[in-house]
Amino acid sequence: MRDVAIVSFAQVPNVRRELDRNEVEMLMPVVTEAIEASGIGRKEIDFTVSGSCDYIAGQPFAFVSGIDAVGPWPPINESHVEMDGAWALYEAWVKIQTGQADSALVYAFGKSSMGDITEVLTLQLDPYYLAPLWPDAVSLAALQARVLLDRGHATERAMAEVAARSRRSAKANPNAQLRGDFEIEKLLAEPYLVSPLRKHDCPPITDGAAAIVLAAGDLAKKKCRRPAWIRGIDHRIESHALGARNLARSRSTEIAAEKAGAFAGSFDVAELHAPFTHQELILRDALRLDPKLSVNPSGGALSANALMVAGLIRLGEAARRIHAGEARRALAHATSGPCLQQNLVCVMEG
Amino acid sequence: MTEIVKSITTPIRLEYVYRAGRATSRFLRGLAEGRILGQRCPVTGKVYVPPRGASPTHGVPTEEEVEVSDKGTVTTFCIVRIPSEGLSIKPPFVAAHILLDGADIPFFALVHECPFEEVRMGMRVQAVWVPKEELAPTFESIRYFKPLNEPDAPFDSYQEHL
Repeated sequence: MRDVAIVSFAQVPNVRRELDRNEVEMLMPVVTEAIEASGIGRKEIDFTVSGSCDYIAGQPFAFVSGIDAVGPWPPINESHVEMDGAWALYEAWVKIQTGQADSALVYAFGKSSMGDITEVLTLQLDPYYLAPLWPDAVSLAALQARVLLDRGHATERAMAEVAARSRRSAKANPNAQLRGDFEIEKLLAEPYLVSPLRKHDCPPITDGAAAIVLAAGDLAKKKCRRPAWIRGIDHRIESHALGARNLARSRSTEIAAEKAGAFAGSFDVAELHAPFTHQELILRDALRLDPKLSVNPSGGALSANALMVAGLIRLGEAARRIHAGEARRALAHATSGPCLQQNLVCVMEG
Repeated sequence: MTEIVKSITTPIRLEYVYRAGRATSRFLRGLAEGRILGQRCPVTGKVYVPPRGASPTHGVPTEEEVEVSDKGTVTTFCIVRIPSEGLSIKPPFVAAHILLDGADIPFFALVHECPFEEVRMGMRVQAVWVPKEELAPTFESIRYFKPLNEPDAPFDSYQEHL
């Protein structure tokens, strides 16, 4: 295996609704910032890969115009995943493993504000039996939370505590969208949005963009004072038939964590992509996290959840702690699909 | 007897609020004033119309605004004779790529006011705008392009833009 590290990370401040800039105008500054911070010349980057979803913009081939932000001339070696940017990063990591590239630019963008995002997400479901019923994303998450509560694996109070802690942590993150101090009792006094979920159990709707630069071995050492070395990375997917899954447990996260070597040592920080409060509880279980571990110091997806971007941001936030010397070993996780259907786990070391 | 289900119909409809972004908004507001606004790439000097805010070759902001002419050259065209769903124009019509004077990328528009067989590559044309009081931030502010009584542009002048 080749040593590959995250050498730089940039993101735009996450907002509820970006009225002014189109996706390319949002992306350009973060792509430029990530490239400049990497110290690798724009034209020296061997591979470029993006993560986005055309259903979010409501435009076919929206990802093709996204490439305008990169400057692909003379022609570059480029790819795209119709997924969160975390999976684009995985493709870049594989590309570097094959020896076909020593460096890669990974970027992601999503302006969820342009459509009705809970309905847009319905179209990722099985098109014959499930999507025609139009279950929205919040209702599906609520079913999962209900399973968890009924089995005694969680309480509504524990879920509210996840929300309060995340948004308190987000106060230290200038890029977060939702931040502040919330009292548990007041949160629990709120009405249900979709029972058993209250508004605080759900992520905000977010417009955002982010970019990461990866480099291999000596190049990473030369360009970065403290590269965030990827020691293991793996992703697994579960059935798209929700009825065939055990929603109270994330088997795919457990397997990905095992394969990525997450159980081989302790962590200084973890960034989990848990858009709903109860999902953090499921992930903590699957990842066997120490209750004292600092989880989502950025505020996590409960503080900013730009679709197709929030997973990549988890990798970037974890790497940033290593770059800054605040963490030696960090865990990052990304999710995709309804009710934590697909999960990616990445172990990084300084 | 069991009837075999061979297909199902599952209607899907999603609605979006499209936001053009900074550069394209400038362009659309220009049309409401009867002007065509592009933006110049600071690296190559090329002018993009309509602008999207980025140089598509260099990934840098195209901050310099440039007003281009409403006269231009047909670089390529197509005579459309087959109707298609969602098309507001009745065939037959001529859809053309028009390289506006001062621009470095062709612009998609209709050509009218001449027999179809006279439309050709290199033909010089000019925009026909809607009446002033009907100008709005939309492509529909330009009704179509009409032929100009000028000699054809030489092939060299637009071959890069085909």
